[in-house]
Amino acid sequence: MDITSAAIDFNIIYPEICLLVASFVIFVLPFFKGPSKTAPVIAFLGLFAAALATVNQWGSQGSGFYGMVACDNFGVAFKFIFVLTSTLALLMGYRYLSAKGINRPEFYGLLLVSTVGMMVMANSTDLVVIFLGLEVMSVPLYVMAGMARRSLESNEAGIKYFIMGAFASAFLLMGIAFVFGASGTTDLRRIVADFSFIMSSARPYLLLGVSLLLVGFGFKVAAVPFHSWVPDVYQGAPTPVTAFFSVGPKAAGFAALLRVFMYGFVDVAVLTTVFQVLAILTMTVGNVLALRQNNVKRLLAYSSIAHAGYIFVALVAGGAEGISSAVFYLVAYAFFNLGGFAVVVLLETRSGCRSNFSELAGLAKTHPYLSAVLALFMFALSGFPPTVGFVGKFYVFAAAVKAGFIPLVVIGVMNSFLSVYYYLRVVKTSYFDSSETAFIPVRYSPAIILVLIVTAAGTLGMGLFPEQLLDFSKAALFAFL
Amino acid sequence: MEREILTLVTFFPLVGVVLLMLLPKDRHDSIKGFSLIISFVTFLFSTWLYYMFDPVANGMQFVVNIPWITSLGISYHMGIDGISLLLIVLTTVLTVLSILASWNSITTGVKGYYISMLLLETGMIGVFCALDLFMFYVFWEVMLVPMYFIIGLWGGPRKVYAAIKFVLFTMFGSLLMLVGIIYILFEYQKFSGVFSFDMVRIISELPLGYQAQLWLFGAFALAFAIKVPLFPFHTWLPDAHVQAPTAGSVILAGVLLKMGTYGFIRICLPLFPEATIAYLPYICVLSLIAIIYGALVAMVQKDVKSLVAFSSVSHMGFVMLGMFALNMQGLEGSIIQMINHGISTGALFLLVGMIYERRHTRLIEDFGGLAKVMPTFAAFFMIITLSSIGLPFTNGFIGEFLILLGAFKKNSIYGIIGATGVIFAACYMLWMYQRVFFGKVTSQENKKLLDLDWREKIILIPLVGLVFWIGVYPKPLFERIEPAVKQVITQVGRATTVEVDENYQIKRKLATADAVETEVTFQTEELSDE
Repeated sequence: MDITSAAIDFNIIYPEICLLVASFVIFVLPFFKGPSKTAPVIAFLGLFAAALATVNQWGSQGSGFYGMVACDNFGVAFKFIFVLTSTLALLMGYRYLSAKGINRPEFYGLLLVSTVGMMVMANSTDLVVIFLGLEVMSVPLYVMAGMARRSLESNEAGIKYFIMGAFASAFLLMGIAFVFGASGTTDLRRIVADFSFIMSSARPYLLLGVSLLLVGFGFKVAAVPFHSWVPDVYQGAPTPVTAFFSVGPKAAGFAALLRVFMYGFVDVAVLTTVFQVLAILTMTVGNVLALRQNNVKRLLAYSSIAHAGYIFVALVAGGAEGISSAVFYLVAYAFFNLGGFAVVVLLETRSGCRSNFSELAGLAKTHPYLSAVLALFMFALSGFPPTVGFVGKFYVFAAAVKAGFIPLVVIGVMNSFLSVYYYLRVVKTSYFDSSETAFIPVRYSPAIILVLIVTAAGTLGMGLFPEQLLDFSKAALFAFL
Repeated sequence: MEREILTLVTFFPLVGVVLLMLLPKDRHDSIKGFSLIISFVTFLFSTWLYYMFDPVANGMQFVVNIPWITSLGISYHMGIDGISLLLIVLTTVLTVLSILASWNSITTGVKGYYISMLLLETGMIGVFCALDLFMFYVFWEVMLVPMYFIIGLWGGPRKVYAAIKFVLFTMFGSLLMLVGIIYILFEYQKFSGVFSFDMVRIISELPLGYQAQLWLFGAFALAFAIKVPLFPFHTWLPDAHVQAPTAGSVILAGVLLKMGTYGFIRICLPLFPEATIAYLPYICVLSLIAIIYGALVAMVQKDVKSLVAFSSVSHMGFVMLGMFALNMQGLEGSIIQMINHGISTGALFLLVGMIYERRHTRLIEDFGGLAKVMPTFAAFFMIITLSSIGLPFTNGFIGEFLILLGAFKKNSIYGIIGATGVIFAACYMLWMYQRVFFGKVTSQENKKLLDLDWREKIILIPLVGLVFWIGVYPKPLFERIEPAVKQVITQVGRATTVEVDENYQIKRKLATADAVETEVTFQTEELSDE
């Protein structure tokens, strides 16, 4: 490891520290005061402090911890996404978890620890530290998936995610080992510097290592064919956790993918082809399987696979355009996907509701605003203008066209066409179908209303005026590029 | 003010949307009243636009060009020429009438319905004003959403199927168009070094290779052909038109179909001239099939609304045929026919809606002898029927005559086959009219039918007025579209040897003559050619 660069520099991990402190307080507090209701407040304060610290980091460049952790706009942009995601998940969670009888302080602590893991993953330039981040992110997620202890499905989700996740970690670790064997280092910057030498001396080992790394990250971002865990885990886990799953770990996985493959192994030519195959598979399988789903949560699970496919299109495009379009898409996706999940959370807070399609019937007649918001998110997910979903897809596809991958873009838009069908089914059920039984009224809480307003305003506002977000994602580049 | 007028016309309905959102949902009268006022004011703005429009000027007028998303080269770029002007006025007229026509027929979800109508109006006018490819696409897609709800929520028995089919068909085409738009963006950037979606600059500057043109034309033409709809992409149309509520059908037939043909004129022809020539025979053949097939299918319909829907396929076939004749007469006829079709088919749907409100059936066999029970209704229906057939002195004649003239000039076979379509049109329309209005009143229920009330007359009178105005004195319309049409001809002419001069001479005479003289002029011209 590189000894020459700056040593321990706490400046660059202030956001992580804020979250860690908050999570420790949450974990330790019950020992002194017994179960209390302060956990969400402390978590919120921690996230707020982390957000402030993140804002402070925007624009600065540097690295610390012997060059293992970087501080650049790319990583900071992802820190924003993570803080946003866990704040929204936290706001969604409170009422839901109380209603299900699982409102325990651990949820908030684990949420924060997982967020720290994501931040480490997005900001590290060393494969071992990336792995460390990945584990810190994943272990709390295993617990959170199985949080509803008395629900069989939640238990299944927890165990399934844990076993599959452990396998994926093993692949990743094996990949790191091979890369280390081939290059003698796990530092991405050293690998980049000696790349041609490594390629000439240990090509097969390096390629083997790189492909194993891809398997590990592919699992986290739910790329096909590493997606098989997604539907059951997403459906079984408590819905706020699912919402968090669908955005947080995915974004973290892409952050690591982008940094490792767009910076570290950017010269491995075969990767473009591999990404292309992954993109086509992920988009197509996700969308085709979503077509026949009859449960909104499961549908959103498959749709989240498809969206990972669109981001792979950005990876295929590569270069600065590819990176910034991926960042743009992830921010946009965070808004409308979390919004969609917030509506599901709200519906599921009613007793006995499992968010099957049939339960949506009659929503528009009894809850016009909620159904309008749900429709907005569905249109955004399917990429209709003037939502940010359209701008995101446009930007990703534009990057790919610019790089000359027109057939891939045609496959992408055709997938987007497929997706219109099933997203519209949600809108159709809530607006056009009438239910035989009376629609159980939804009980709003201030927190969830805030989530809905923020996500809806973001979806529509950034769709009409995407300039700021475009500038933001254009600036979100690696410091080393 | 003059600079902002397009913005005003396009977005004024949105003011109504905000207003309606603030109203409580059970105050139906104020909701209806406000949306009528808003749409009427929008119409007044559009008439003002019509009078301020300078018929002799070339190029775009009332241009607004403000950077919108600078990093992607997207700007808020609006402007109109004569073609868009007429379509905008058509849109605003039909929206006012549609809102009036929905007065009593929409009883559930009133607030949502009128919000959708006004949103739709903004979307439609936006398509006709946009000079930025990105904006064009945004408006093109945005207008799908309210239409989806209008069909799906207030439509007939199979409304949900029809609504989803409508959206999916349109999306399929337009997504490929999106790829085309992105490709053009980068081609233009490679060529000029600037990121820009500016249609005017792209059309006048960007040289595209033959292969690229073929592909791009395919992508754009598919999107537009589905919208028109050109045979064999028409299968969404009967479903959507029949299932939509009356106002929805009026807007669909009157304006939405025109967005397809407008797209061809505005983008496909000038931007891909060589590809236009290459695709020309195929599109002409498809148009001819649409003319004949649409007419034959219309003939055997049992439901009046389906009959009108299939007649749209046939009429839009005429529009496409005229356009791809690529000469002055054909193109002008095609544009006039776009307006005519909006007026006459819109009116037909309104009339069918009026009888449906009374009798709750549209089957031809349920009627008979209505002329005795509802004389005013029968008279209006007759006028519109004749306009749809294309009788001289009605608007339909001007359009179809010019289209056929253009088609004959292009290829006499096209002209001959196209002309048989006119005969078929007379067959199905008049046969339907005979079965519905003449003979004895067979059903007891039909004897009690009330004739039109004042509201319904108010809806129909402007349309009948337009039928005769365009039929007798089309000069103002021709004046306004002439520079735009000439420009399209010259733009396509870059790639081919269209005899612009000869056509131009004929054109002049047309512009100074009235309808009857026009016919004579053209005949002599044709003779002298030989």
